[in-house]
Amino acid sequence: MKKRNDVLLQGNEACALGALAAGMRFYAGYPITPSTEIAELLSIELPKVGGIFIQMEDEIASIAAIIGASLAGAKSMTATSGPGFSLMQENLGFAAMAEVPCVVVNVMRGGPSTGMPTRASQGDVMQSRWGTHGDHPAIVLSPGSVLECYTLTVHAFNLSEKYRTPVIVLMDGIMGHMSENIKIPEKLEIINRPKPTVPPIWYRPYDDIPGGEIVPLVPFGEGYRYHVTGLVHDALGFPTLVPDEVNACLKKIIYKIKNNLHDIIRIEKYLLDDADICIVAYGSVARSAREAVNMARQEGIKAGMLRPITLWPFPRFNLEDIGRKVKVFVVPEMNYGQVYGEVLKACHKKVVRVTRVDGELITPDEIMKKIKEVTI
Amino acid sequence: MMRTSETVYKYLRPNKKFPHVWCPGCGIGIVMGALVRAIDKKGLSKDDIVLVSGIGCSGRMSTYLDFNTLHTTHGRALAFAAGIKLARPELTVIVVMGDGDATAIGGNHLIHACRRNIDITALIINNNIYGMTGGQYSPTTPMDKKASTAQYGNIEKPFDICKLVEACGASFVARGTTYRANMLDPLIEKAISRRGFSVVEAMAQCPVQYGRRNIQGGPVDMLQWYRDHAVPVAAFKEIPPGEAGERFPIGVMVDLDEPGYIDRYKEIIKKAGGEV
Ligand SMILES: Cc1ncc(C[n+]2csc(CCOP(=O)(O)OP(=O)(O)O)c2C)c(N)n1
Ligand code: SF4
Ligand SMILES: [Mg+2]
Repeated sequence: MKKRNDVLLQGNEACALGALAAGMRFYAGYPITPSTEIAELLSIELPKVGGIFIQMEDEIASIAAIIGASLAGAKSMTATSGPGFSLMQENLGFAAMAEVPCVVVNVMRGGPSTGMPTRASQGDVMQSRWGTHGDHPAIVLSPGSVLECYTLTVHAFNLSEKYRTPVIVLMDGIMGHMSENIKIPEKLEIINRPKPTVPPIWYRPYDDIPGGEIVPLVPFGEGYRYHVTGLVHDALGFPTLVPDEVNACLKKIIYKIKNNLHDIIRIEKYLLDDADICIVAYGSVARSAREAVNMARQEGIKAGMLRPITLWPFPRFNLEDIGRKVKVFVVPEMNYGQVYGEVLKACHKKVVRVTRVDGELITPDEIMKKIKEVTI
Repeated sequence: MMRTSETVYKYLRPNKKFPHVWCPGCGIGIVMGALVRAIDKKGLSKDDIVLVSGIGCSGRMSTYLDFNTLHTTHGRALAFAAGIKLARPELTVIVVMGDGDATAIGGNHLIHACRRNIDITALIINNNIYGMTGGQYSPTTPMDKKASTAQYGNIEKPFDICKLVEACGASFVARGTTYRANMLDPLIEKAISRRGFSVVEAMAQCPVQYGRRNIQGGPVDMLQWYRDHAVPVAAFKEIPPGEAGERFPIGVMVDLDEPGYIDRYKEIIKKAGGEV
């Protein structure tokens, strides 16, 4: 595909092109609706830039391969949907534990199990946070437009490289398959892996540096021979069961995210300044929510919207702030209330939900109806 | 003796907190010795070798050797290795797995690695048991043998790993035992030298979890069992059908040395108009 500027793109295509723009040069995946277009486009585009596209035998192998490629220095990615995302969980935890950057795209379809392959859902919000076992960090981004499918994929690579951790782009099936005319941004910030500042003998790949600086990950084959494991490890990467070293290892992977919430969390506020009612919505549902806000405003109801672009870490502090001003929260989502629960935790205000799990998009009217219910 | 200890100091990590996890009399260390001697003979730089391993007693080998090392998840080592090799084809990628790791939980990855033929060397340490988790039966535990989860004897038919990987398209296949450790070195060396996907199955005793239940005596008796039952490929072919009993062939079974996945992918890049 030529460099295009004003183009009609599908969310999945925008995601693939965003990945290429971010410098992704290794893709491994296994076909699954509604994510497959990402793989198909990359199988055409990656060889053109000398990159690797490979279709693996399953999703477990796919995420394993991208972690391997990342350790060899390539920016790498895989894309999948519910059943495949479930299969990836063990190795997702490996990437978090071993601090290997990579990007996993999950285009959500109706679940659980095989669910509804061709119908959209937002049912994997909690899985994207807690799907792999043990305490672990998670960065999860939720695009709300085709343009964002592009820009947030770039951003996902940036965060992944910066924080040496896997990043999940969590789209819903509607986002993935929706087409919009977008202007591909000419210049976006691209973060590449920093070079080590020390010679090999001084290199401690898992060092916990006071102040939170993150040790650059040196690709295999550059003279820095070190060990990578999913076992709890010491600063050199070797397995350890010494309690102090265990604490240091686990604390580090969690706190490198916790201490940088201001940098990681992105939100969009829409007409919230004077709002009494705050709708919290993300992904394709945020588009209906925006329309519902407009409808409410026309009827003189002071509604606004908070759209978490970063779903995890959850923008709890932003919600606390807004909670001081508004009277009620309305949370529409295509699941039984996964983000609703987080909003409840964050603010001591009335929180109501609008849920749908039948594969259909929540309409502005449905949200408007709930807004009217809570205004009475 | 001098040469042996020199190799040890050259390839074992000085900064790892020894002692290692292996039991006295375990065969894995013998295989590790053969691996480093093979690498030493080939004269490869430690910086250019990536040693990937799975989970199990065998998988712990990556901790001790002074290469670029990756200790992965159970069964998935070959898939991690594929990513490394494709992203950096100039590196020599060696994968160490146990029999359970490679043929049970990782069986799917193994058969597809053979078929795909990416230039990787797989060293499968077959002790006929799940050593690390305490002696449960594996896909290579022979019929009627005992395991902690087969107290009445195993009733599942075992895999012949060499036949399996040959059928799946591996371009180099060989088997050795810890009894003939010196024969393992050249087998591993050849496997590393060949293009495409190579497999070396190293039969290695696990006296603690397998031998204890199935063989009278200790590690030495197990080594003697290998001595008495491992037959060079050519001689094995002479054994009349049905008379091999517990005997098995050792040596090189397949040696195709054909172009692998990476050569073919380079052609794809050219077709797409990209630069190799
Ligand atoms: C997903 C998963 N399942 C189970 C285990 C537990 N486990 C660790 S090692 C092992 C078996 C190892 O057997 P083998 O591969 O033959 O290696 P050996 O210890 O005999 O060298 C098992 C089942 C695990 N670590 N991960
Ligand atoms: S349990 Fe068996 S395979 Fe594992 S270290 Fe002990 S002897 Fe070796
Ligand atoms: Mg075993």
